[in-house]
Amino acid sequence: MSIVFWILSFLTVLGGLAAVTLRNTVHCALAVAIAFAGLALLYLQLDAQFAGFAQILIYIGAVAILVVFAILLTRGSDTPTDGIFSRTWFAGTAIAAAVFAVLGWAVIQSVHALPHETAAPEVTVNQIGNALLGRYVLPLEIVALLLTASLVGAVMVAMHEKGESK
Amino acid sequence: MVSTLDQIFVLLKHWIVSLLPAVLQPVTGVVLSVVAIICVFPALFAISVLLERKGLGRMQNRIGPNRVGPLGILQPVADGIKSLTKEDIVPTNADAVVHFMAPVFLVVVVFMGYAVLPMGRNMTLVKMDAALLFYFAMGASTELAVFMAGWSSRNKYSLLGAMRAVAQMISYEVPLLLSSVSVVMITGSLSLDKIVEAQNQYTWGLPHWYIFTPWGCAAFVMFAIAATAETNRSPFDLPEGESELVAGYFTEYSGFKFAEFFLGEYVGMLSISGLGTTLFLGGWSAPLEVLGFVPSWIWFFSKVMLSICVMIWMRGTLPRLRQDQLMNFAWKFVLPFTLLILVDVVVWRFMGEGWLRWVVCSAILLIAYVGIGRSEMLRKKIGPRSYRYAE
Repeated sequence: MSIVFWILSFLTVLGGLAAVTLRNTVHCALAVAIAFAGLALLYLQLDAQFAGFAQILIYIGAVAILVVFAILLTRGSDTPTDGIFSRTWFAGTAIAAAVFAVLGWAVIQSVHALPHETAAPEVTVNQIGNALLGRYVLPLEIVALLLTASLVGAVMVAMHEKGESK
Repeated sequence: MVSTLDQIFVLLKHWIVSLLPAVLQPVTGVVLSVVAIICVFPALFAISVLLERKGLGRMQNRIGPNRVGPLGILQPVADGIKSLTKEDIVPTNADAVVHFMAPVFLVVVVFMGYAVLPMGRNMTLVKMDAALLFYFAMGASTELAVFMAGWSSRNKYSLLGAMRAVAQMISYEVPLLLSSVSVVMITGSLSLDKIVEAQNQYTWGLPHWYIFTPWGCAAFVMFAIAATAETNRSPFDLPEGESELVAGYFTEYSGFKFAEFFLGEYVGMLSISGLGTTLFLGGWSAPLEVLGFVPSWIWFFSKVMLSICVMIWMRGTLPRLRQDQLMNFAWKFVLPFTLLILVDVVVWRFMGEGWLRWVVCSAILLIAYVGIGRSEMLRKKIGPRSYRYAE
C-alpha cells in the first residue's frame, strides 16, 4: 500500500469526519464533497478511470449540489452561534464507526467468498459500454425507469405547489 | 523542416528533459508541460480581454481602451496591476474559509480541463482513455465553486446570483454532454486524441471535420449555445448581470479574488472553445489538405481564438435572456433537439456512404428545427413584427 493510498485515504477519512462533526450544515456538505473527491482519486489510483471520473461528475457535480440546495431550502442554513463542532459529534462519529465496522467486516469476509480473483482486470470504457448494453441491460432499463419516475414526480410536485398558491 | 516546426515544442521539451538525470526526468516532463499551459493560457486570457473590450467598443460605435499602450495593448497589464494593488475586502459576517477557497477552487478546476485538450500533434498533456469524461467532470465541479462563492458572502444578492448561475449551469450541462455524445458515437472512443485523428482525413482535399456533416453542424450549434450558457456569457449572463444583481455571485469579492473569478471565467471560455474545436472543428488539423505544412498548434489556437471572437460578437449583439426564458430554452428546445441529433447520428452511421444520407439527415434536422421553433412561437402567440411610430 503506497504513500499515495495513505494520503488519499487520510483525505477521505478527514472529509468524512468533518462531515459528521461540524456544526454548520453547509460546511458539512462541502466536507462530504471533499470525501467524494478523495473516493474518486482512490478509484483513479486503482486504474478505474471511468469510475473515478463518473464519481467526480455525478457526486461532486450533481449530488453535492443537490445536498447543498436541500440544506438551503430548509432551515439548516441558519448561521450557528458558536463553536466549530456540533453538539452531537460523539453520536455522529459513533454511528459512522459502527457502519464502517459492518461494511469492513462484509468486505473482508468477501475475500473468502471469491477465492479465484487474481489480478485486477483491464477495463476500458468500451468494455463497460458493451457490458451495460449486453449482459446488464435489464438493470440499466430498470434504473432508467426509476429515473423517469423520479423526474415525473419532481415535475408533479412542483406543478402541484404552483396550483395551490393560485 | 515542416515537421520540425510542427513538433518544435515537443522536441524542446525532450531536449530539456534529456539534460537532467534520469531519476528526475518523468517529473520534469510533466512540470514543463504544466508550466507551458499555465503561461500560455493566461497570456491568451490577456489577449482575449483586450480583444473583447476593443471589439465590443467598436460594435457599440466607440473606441475601446486606447490610453495605456499603442492602441491600448498594455491595458491587461494595467488591469492586472490594479487588481493586485486593490484592497481585499472580506465582509465581517462572511464565512472566511469558504470565501477564500471559492475562487481558488474555481481556478484550479478550470485549469485542470486543459490537461486533456490536444493542442497539436502529440501535444496532449495527459493521454487518457476517458478524456472527455474527465473534462466534463472538471466542468461539473465549477458549479460547486460558484455556489461556494455565492453562499459564503452572506449576501442575499450573491446567493440569488449563485442559485441562478448553478441552475443555469446544471440545465445547460445536459445538452452540452449530449451534443458531445453524438461525436463520441461516431468516433467510438471517449479519447480526444482519437476524435481529432478521426477528423484528420481528407476527401477531395476537404477535411472530415464533424461540423461539415448535418448532424455535426446541428450538434455544434447546440454545443455552442450550451457552452455560452455554461460559462455565463452573454446572452446568458443573468447571474452576473449588472442591472439585476449588482454582480451576482462575486459581488463581495474585490481585488485579486475578483481577478481570479475573471480569470476563471475567461480561461473557462478558452477551455470550452478548445473542446468545441477538438470535437467539431477538427482540433489541430488543417482546413485544406494543401495547407498541411502549417504547424498543427497554429491551427488549434487560431480556431480557439476564432471561437472567442464569435463569443465576443454574440455578447455585443444579442440582448440578455431572462431567467425563465433561459431555462425554457434549455429544457424545451435545446435538449429535445440534441436527443434528435443522437437519432440522426444513428441514421447517418447505418445508412452507408453516398448522397442519400446527407439529404435524409439534413431533412430530419431541418424539419424538426422549423417544427419545434414554429410550435414554440405559436404557443407564445408571437406574430409578425408591428411598428408604432410617435404621433
